[in-house]
Amino acid sequence: MDFLLYLYDKKEVVLLSTLRHVEVSAIAVLLSVIIAVPLGIIITRYRKMAHIVVNSANIGQTVPSLAILGMVIPILGIGLKPAVFALVLRGVLPIVNNTYSGIANVDRSVIEAGKGMGMKNREILALVELPLSFPVIMAGVRTATVLSISVATLAALIGAGGLGDLIFQGIVMADRNLLLSGSIPTAILAIGADILLGGVEKRLRKGAT
Amino acid sequence: MNQLGLIVKLTLEHIWITLIAVTISTIIGVTIGILITRFKRAATPVIGTAGILYTIPSLALFGMLIPFTGIGIKPTLIALVLYSQLALVRNTFVGITHIDPSIREAGKGMGMSNWQFLKIVELPLALPVIMAGIRTAAVMNIGTATIAAYIGAGGLGWLIFRGIASVYTEQIIAGAIPVTLLAIGVDYLFILLEKFLTPAGLRH
Repeated sequence: MDFLLYLYDKKEVVLLSTLRHVEVSAIAVLLSVIIAVPLGIIITRYRKMAHIVVNSANIGQTVPSLAILGMVIPILGIGLKPAVFALVLRGVLPIVNNTYSGIANVDRSVIEAGKGMGMKNREILALVELPLSFPVIMAGVRTATVLSISVATLAALIGAGGLGDLIFQGIVMADRNLLLSGSIPTAILAIGADILLGGVEKRLRKGAT
Repeated sequence: MNQLGLIVKLTLEHIWITLIAVTISTIIGVTIGILITRFKRAATPVIGTAGILYTIPSLALFGMLIPFTGIGIKPTLIALVLYSQLALVRNTFVGITHIDPSIREAGKGMGMSNWQFLKIVELPLALPVIMAGIRTAAVMNIGTATIAAYIGAGGLGWLIFRGIASVYTEQIIAGAIPVTLLAIGVDYLFILLEKFLTPAGLRH
């Protein structure tokens, strides 16, 4: 009850932080998609490169987020840009992996059929490979989104704002209400995004078969 | 030399936290995973719940635990164990349920009890998949433990947070590089272990 009154009292701060959080995560996911999908497509055409890229992406995914954030500071300083950069570094990897495996796993006979119909390489990509691998790519985008929302809380440390600000302050000031007003919306945001994109993925899967 | 001593101490702390968390997680996760192979109706809700927990950003989970547990090692271990459950429960479940049905029949035909069957057939055959789950959990715990330094758990994250707060690049790097090497090293170690533990008949 105490917490609900507090939340009502601070509704503007919480709302603004939530919007900021969504904004930072959304920019990062969008940039990740713009970079990762073409990269994923390119490496399906150069299989030797694919091995190297996928392996480095797998190693990259083991690097702790806080370490990525920390190592970005000496290069880019603090603020929104380095924060988004760190989020994109995190988000690109699952999307590259899924774009690659989605396209690489398209049934060869379907592609042969396309060729037999006289399709050009570009047409095969646009009309056959991408639509068929869309659900898998979407699964990568979903992972990247949840990751971005999570890393965005940490990015508050380097001045990106968002709900992480409330949580960090709540920890430092040992303020229970402040802590909860940051962490509960963050959790809802992440779970909500996961469920929403999971639904989109499911619909795409139905469409692809 | 003093700084090097500190880095070594924090690295050992980090390994220690991860080790305790992975051990507790494995005991709980594998047990739950086995139980839901016996009560299949519970499998979907249990794995679904683990999935939702896994989605919660770590800083938010700490924030929700602290009002009940205070700061320090307690909320850290609880959070790490909760995060690990998805990888462990799901992999144990999948590892056991994907065993060839003909092997099951053979075991039953030999008159094995439920317990013998689990110990002699199911667990050894599911071991590579379970190990993959432990590997995911370990790498993830190293990452989350870094953040836990902020709530007083110790470990290499301490250097990164201190370095960021005081704009001291060398200190950030002194935390970030060892923790990265630790994560990559543990991942690699588990890949080797998985290969080693795969029964000869299942190797490609």
